[in-house]
Amino acid sequence: MFTRGYQVSSSGLLIVCLIYLQTEDVDGPLVKLPPPTTKLPREKHLPKPKPPTKWEEFAKKKGIKKRKKDKVVWDEQTGTWKRRFGYDHVNDDKDIPIIEAKMTDEPGEDPFAKRQDDKKKRVEKQEKNRFQNLKQAAKLGALPSHVQLAATALPITGTQVPPKKVTKDELGNVAGMAATSTASGGKFDRKLPGEKPAKKQGKHRKFLPVVEGSGIGSREKEQTENVLNKLISKHSHEILNVDKAVTMYNVKKEKKARIERIKKGGHHQPQTS
Amino acid sequence: MMKIKTPKKGRVKRELDKRAPKLVETGKKTLILQGTKTSGTLNSVLSEIYHLKKGGAVRFTRKNDNIRPFESGGETSLEFFSLKTDCSIFVYGSHSKKRPNNLVIGRMYDHHVYDLVEVGVENFKSIESFTYDKKIAPRVGSKPFIAFVGEGFENVDELKHLKEVLLDLLQGKVVENINLAGLDRAYVCTAISSNKVYLTHCALRLKKSGTVVPRMELVEVGPSMDLVVRRHRLPNEGLRKEAMKTAKDQPKKKVKNVSSDAIQGTIGKIYIPDQKVGEMALPNKAKGVKRERREAKNKDANEHASKKQKEESE
Repeated sequence: MFTRGYQVSSSGLLIVCLIYLQTEDVDGPLVKLPPPTTKLPREKHLPKPKPPTKWEEFAKKKGIKKRKKDKVVWDEQTGTWKRRFGYDHVNDDKDIPIIEAKMTDEPGEDPFAKRQDDKKKRVEKQEKNRFQNLKQAAKLGALPSHVQLAATALPITGTQVPPKKVTKDELGNVAGMAATSTASGGKFDRKLPGEKPAKKQGKHRKFLPVVEGSGIGSREKEQTENVLNKLISKHSHEILNVDKAVTMYNVKKEKKARIERIKKGGHHQPQTS
Repeated sequence: MMKIKTPKKGRVKRELDKRAPKLVETGKKTLILQGTKTSGTLNSVLSEIYHLKKGGAVRFTRKNDNIRPFESGGETSLEFFSLKTDCSIFVYGSHSKKRPNNLVIGRMYDHHVYDLVEVGVENFKSIESFTYDKKIAPRVGSKPFIAFVGEGFENVDELKHLKEVLLDLLQGKVVENINLAGLDRAYVCTAISSNKVYLTHCALRLKKSGTVVPRMELVEVGPSMDLVVRRHRLPNEGLRKEAMKTAKDQPKKKVKNVSSDAIQGTIGKIYIPDQKVGEMALPNKAKGVKRERREAKNKDANEHASKKQKEESE
């Protein structure tokens, strides 16, 4: 095939160029490739350089240079070599047995607690500063790739109520609830695919059919009859609920009989199931 | 209220850093997936492309019916997959009556679709159909030679675009040095007509010859297919300019009053302001100047003396 000839010649040319570029190395004939001629598009945007933090700007202005620090430092308190930070570190608050009182100290103050509080405040301040630096970097689009700034719940002024987590069912109902405020009660709103029809809230009422037979239908007749009877009490002798009266009487009688039995019997009482 | 979230495991941090945008990029990962219907040839095409790109490719085997690359709404799924698998090239195969054995090769910029090329596969010959000596088979992940033969690749718009996309797809890892002993594969694309390209994959063998230049042998291995360009979508200009930016482009600050000449080299211009001769200070102190100074000094001394007298009198 004519293409084969082309293939061999074109790759042959390339190989010739590469051969003349090569340098002998331990691993074999290595070639340092020249920069590419065809430009291909990038897959991700160019990373933006990180803006200097507040401390870095200050240090540059003052001319402060970073110094190499040792991993272990001599601890005066315990007289040993300890880590600079982390577990069992130098200048630990736990190791101080005695704090001498100064003239400037107030009498009722606990100096150990004060030291702990001061440390907490320093740590909080550092966290705040770090957060401000990250926010500044995020504003310029240069946040480090492994850091995310996540929004937590809004602070609730007043009581310390934690924000309620909305359940799946409630979320499903929210759209329906909002729809009822429309003019047609949300009946003709366009629904998203997969959205279930809104559940009916409130009392379920049953209405009689509009058209049923001729004249007043039987169901409607029944309904009105019931109402009228209740009002007029046609069967006034049915006002007294005979069954209920009988049971009330029987219960009263049994109770009386039980009390009599207890009075007479004393210890020996028949167990009534 | 916001809080800082950092990963608790070092492994997660390393993975996130790998996916972060870099100044100089090493190769792109490929996502290979299919649509609702595929044919037998298309299935083998997709699996063979996956084998060729074993180190840097992800293969999805389920059908995806909501992906339509050329429609405006049909790319969201692709962009989501690209984000999750960190792949910047995708190969989407589908088969229909109107477009049989269809392959859409697309690239992403920042996980959004950058450009697309739709090709149809004809006359596909799979790896199994070629017989060759197994010893010369190219190894997985070796850097290939890519040759584009035919003037269509310079003239025709679609073929130019296809050339760029194929380069990106077949490139593999971007490296600065290569070992000549490890060159064992070549992709050859020949432009047969203004919309047809014959792509084949060959194994390369360099044999000792008398001179420094070794004798070459190309043996057809691997799949060969005819690609018919059907549709293509170029990126819009603004996006293209942004994607083509490299790190070296940035420091191009214009230095004023400096120009370079081929003959004389670098030439600089210096502008000198007008000299005001009358107001210049003389270098040798003339006698007249000295006397004025002495007189001024004496005057001051007299004033001081008079002031002191005033204070004393008070």
